[in-house]
Amino acid sequence: MSDVMAPLATVTALPAQGMITIRGNLKDAGFIAAVKSASGLDVPAQRQIVTQKELALAWMSPDELLLLCGYEDAPALTNAMTEAFGDQFAMAVVVSDARAVFDLEGPKVRDVLGKLAPVDMAPGSFGHGEIRRTRLAQVAAAFWLTCDDSARLVCFRSVAQYAEDLLKTSAKPGTEVGYF
Amino acid sequence: MLILECPYCGVKADETELHGGGEAHLKRYGPGSSDADFEGYLFHRKNPKGVHFERWRHVNGCGKWFHAARCTATLEVFGTYPAQVTAPPKALINKIKKKRPDWEGWT
Ligand SMILES: [Zn+2]
Repeated sequence: MSDVMAPLATVTALPAQGMITIRGNLKDAGFIAAVKSASGLDVPAQRQIVTQKELALAWMSPDELLLLCGYEDAPALTNAMTEAFGDQFAMAVVVSDARAVFDLEGPKVRDVLGKLAPVDMAPGSFGHGEIRRTRLAQVAAAFWLTCDDSARLVCFRSVAQYAEDLLKTSAKPGTEVGYF
Repeated sequence: MLILECPYCGVKADETELHGGGEAHLKRYGPGSSDADFEGYLFHRKNPKGVHFERWRHVNGCGKWFHAARCTATLEVFGTYPAQVTAPPKALINKIKKKRPDWEGWT
């Protein structure tokens, strides 16, 4: 089969992913230290996502982080985080079952996302290490590039089917826009 | 297309990523206020043709409320600023005055 008939990217729904929402003041030294001691990760800068082995920590807003981990590891990691926070005004909650995760792989992954989200997907504007919370057509979603031709996307589980259909439609063979 | 820079996440968000929240810096009149004040708080808006201060929420993004100053006639955006204030920043007011000498100012 010729290249023309290949999808712009393959879309795969991933098995359940551990996710922990962490709220607190991201600029507070005590908060930063607690996150580090419980996860081993540094609090990422604005709109950044940092990864280490099977963990990833994403900046969601000035007072919110999302910690990605193994599904089974989420409760213990959350307990460790809560313990590290002590009596700080901060909290960690397991939200693994709230969201669905997709893997996108293919050389035209920027086209697939660029057609669905109001985000400038040009390589100079959206690079590695950045997470973008936005909308995918009619639903909220967040995504980041894992390498030049792959991306991860999370959305609420209640709209997972919609998001998957959307991504697969956007990735249909021969529909590249050719901007990137 | 209206594009506003969210002061919390620094994203240049287009209108479809945002939710409008109407006129900014309203003074709330609640229980114990006069009927006229309460009516004004609920219903009276400036609705100007020109410089307008508004509340917006980065709903498909960081989720935060923020403020924006723009022209309702040309859609020119003068600036955005955080929600935790009861009046526009002085620097922004000066910037608008420079651009729009005829503007009656913010009150
Ligand atoms: Zn924002």
